[in-house]
Amino acid sequence: MAEFKPADSLYEWFDQRLGIDKFVKVMMTEYWIPKNINFLWAMGVLLTVMFTILIVSGIFLLMYYKPDINMAFDSVNYTIMQEVGYGWLFRHIHAVGASVVFLIIYIHMFTGIYYGSYKKGRELIWISGMLLFVLFSAEGFSGYMLPWGQMSYWAAYVITEIFGGIPVIGGDLVVWIRGNFYVSDSTLTRFFMLHVLLIPLAILGAIVVHFYALRFPHVNNEEGEFFDFDKEADKYLAGDKKGSKVVPFWPVFLSKDFFVLGFFLLFFFYLVFFHYDFAMDPVNFDKADGLKTPAHIYPEWYFLWSYEVLRGFFFEIAGISGKSLGLMAFAFANAIFMILPWLDRSPMVKPANQRPYFKYWFWFLIADLIVLTVYGKLPPTGANAWVGFASSMTFLVLFIALPFITKAEAKKIGGK
Amino acid sequence: MKELKILAVIATLVGITYYGIEPYAHHIMHPEVKAADFTFADLKNVDTKLAGNTANGKVLVEANCIACHAIESAGHPAMMPNADAAASYGVVPPDLSHAGRVYDKNYLANFIFDPVSAMHLSHKYPVGGTKTFPMPSYNWMTGQEIMDVVAYLQSVSPKVKEGAETHKATYDAACGRCHSMSYAKSEATTPKDAIKAYMGATPPDLSQYIKSRGEHYLHGFINDPQVLLAGTSMPRVGLNEKAQEEVIAYMEEIGDSKKAERESTGINVMIYTFIFAMLAYLWKRKIWSEVH
Repeated sequence: MAEFKPADSLYEWFDQRLGIDKFVKVMMTEYWIPKNINFLWAMGVLLTVMFTILIVSGIFLLMYYKPDINMAFDSVNYTIMQEVGYGWLFRHIHAVGASVVFLIIYIHMFTGIYYGSYKKGRELIWISGMLLFVLFSAEGFSGYMLPWGQMSYWAAYVITEIFGGIPVIGGDLVVWIRGNFYVSDSTLTRFFMLHVLLIPLAILGAIVVHFYALRFPHVNNEEGEFFDFDKEADKYLAGDKKGSKVVPFWPVFLSKDFFVLGFFLLFFFYLVFFHYDFAMDPVNFDKADGLKTPAHIYPEWYFLWSYEVLRGFFFEIAGISGKSLGLMAFAFANAIFMILPWLDRSPMVKPANQRPYFKYWFWFLIADLIVLTVYGKLPPTGANAWVGFASSMTFLVLFIALPFITKAEAKKIGGK
Repeated sequence: MKELKILAVIATLVGITYYGIEPYAHHIMHPEVKAADFTFADLKNVDTKLAGNTANGKVLVEANCIACHAIESAGHPAMMPNADAAASYGVVPPDLSHAGRVYDKNYLANFIFDPVSAMHLSHKYPVGGTKTFPMPSYNWMTGQEIMDVVAYLQSVSPKVKEGAETHKATYDAACGRCHSMSYAKSEATTPKDAIKAYMGATPPDLSQYIKSRGEHYLHGFINDPQVLLAGTSMPRVGLNEKAQEEVIAYMEEIGDSKKAERESTGINVMIYTFIFAMLAYLWKRKIWSEVH
C-alpha cells in the first residue's frame, strides 16, 4: 500500500489517487505520432468526433422517437421534425452524419490500404477497424429502418430476405431475425434495441480495441518508414523538436486534426442544412406500406457496391442459380477485406504508388468500387445488368489475384 | 501542395461517385417529361376570346349549377351535409366560391363543356362505359353562354390577400375534398369510405408530399397527373399557375414548417464553424512552426 501525504491542492489530491499526470502523459503529451503525415491521418479523429455527434444527436432523438409501427413515422416526421424545438436539427445531423461517417470510414480504410498500414505488426489495427466497419454497417442499416418510411421497410425486407439464401437454416434464420414471417412491429422494435443499445455498446468496445491496437505497432507514416519511436521520442523531449521524427499527440498532432476537422465540419454542416436529400431519401417520407412496392428499391449509398456484387450474378452458371452465386459473392465481398493483411504477400510497406505492381491493383479496385456503387443504384436492366456482372467479376478476380500480384512484386523487389 | 493534390484526388473520386448515384441515377429513374402547360392548350371546345356577360352568367348559374354546388361567396349554401352529398354524388361537389380565382379560364370553360375530357379521365369514364362522371356535360350551351358563366364565377370569387391564409383557402378548394392532411389536422370533406369507393383507393394524405415528391414533381404532377402517373384516377384539376403555386406553398408550410428556421440557422452555424476552422488553422501553424 502506497503512503499518501496530505495533498496541497485539489489537483494533487486527485493526482495521488488517479495518477492524472502519468495518465495525461501516456494518453496525450507523450503518446508519439510520426511527423511525416498528411491530412489523411486526421480521419481517425474525424470519425471519433462524428461518432460523438451521432451519439449526442441520437440521445435527443431518443427522447421523442416511438418504436411502434403505428407511431414511428409520425413521431419522426411530425413530432421531431416539426413540433420539438430544433428536433429537425438533431434529425438532420443524425441522418446526414450517418451517411457522412461512411464517407470518412471509406477514406480512412483506403488510406490504410494505400499506405500499407495493415501489415508488419499492424494486422490487429486493420482487423479491429474492419470489425468497426461491420458494426457501423449494422448500425446504419438498423437505424435506417426506424423512421418506418417506404425505403426503411423495403430495404429491411430485401436485406433480411438475403439471409434466406443460406443453405438449410436460411428460412428459419429470416424468421428469427424479423421476429415474424414478414417485416413487422417485432422487427422494428428489435432493430430499435440493436440500434440504440447492443450495437453502440459493441462499437464502443471495438473502438477501445482499435485505439489500443495502435499503441505498440504505432501509427504508420507517409513513407512507410520504420524507426525507433523511443529514440525519436527522447530526441523530442531533449529539445530537438525539429530533428525528431515524432510529435506528441497533444498538442501537435491534434492541432492539425482540429484544423482538418474545422473544414470538414464546414462541409458537413453545409450538407446538414442545405443538401440533405442524398442522406434522407424522399421516398422515405412516404409511410411504410407492405402492399405497395416502390418502383426502385436501393440501399443507402454506402452499401451500393456490395449490393451490386449481390445482384451482379443474375443468371445460372454451372447449375448454380444466380441468386446463390450472388449470395456467395456478397459473402466473399464482405469478408475478404478482413484478411487483406494475408492476401498482400509483399513485405513492402510503402505508398501504393511506389509499389511496382500493387499500384495498379489499388487504382483498379477504386475504379471498380465506383462502378459498382453507381450501377448498384441504377435499375438492373439491359446493359446495366451486364456492367454489374462484369464489375462484380472484376471485384472477385482482383482479390483472388492479389496474393499472386504481391508475390510477384516481392520477387521483383527482392531481386534488386 | 502535396496535400492539395491528395485533396483534389479525393474530391474527384467522391464527385464522380456522387454524380453517378444522385443526379445521374435520378435522371435515369425519373426521365424528364413534357413541361407543365398552364394554358391547357389541348382544350379547344370553347372560344375563350368571347367576352362574358356577368348578368347573364348569374341567370345561367342559378338555373344550372346551384342545385348541386354551393357558392357561399354569392349566398348559396350547400344543399345538404357532406356525408349526404357524398352518398348522392359519390364525392362532395365543390363549392364554386373560389372557382373563378383558382381555375384557369380556358380550363374552366372547357370543363363546363365536357368535364371528363378536360380532366383527362376518359380512361376512367369511357364513352358508353358503366361509370359516369357525376357532373353532366354542358355541351348544349353556346360558347357565349359558357363564357358568361365563367365571367360570373370570376366576379363572385372573394378578393384574397397574399399569404398563408390564401394558400390554405386555395388548397381547400382545389384538393381538400379528396385529400386529407393529417399534419394540418385537416380531413377530406368527402367521408373516407365514400372517397375510397369513388376513387378506387383512398387518396394519399398529403402531409409529407412536399418532401416525398418535392416541388419539381408536384409542379408537373398537379398540372397533369397523367403525364407522370399514367392511368391514375386523380383528375387534372386545372389550376392556374398562381393557384398551383399557392397549393404547393401550403404543402410546404405544413410539411416543411421549419424551412426558414433551417436556412437561417444554417448560415449562422456555417459562419461559426468557419471561424472555428480559421482559428484552428492559425493555432496549427503556430504549433507546427516549432516542429518543422
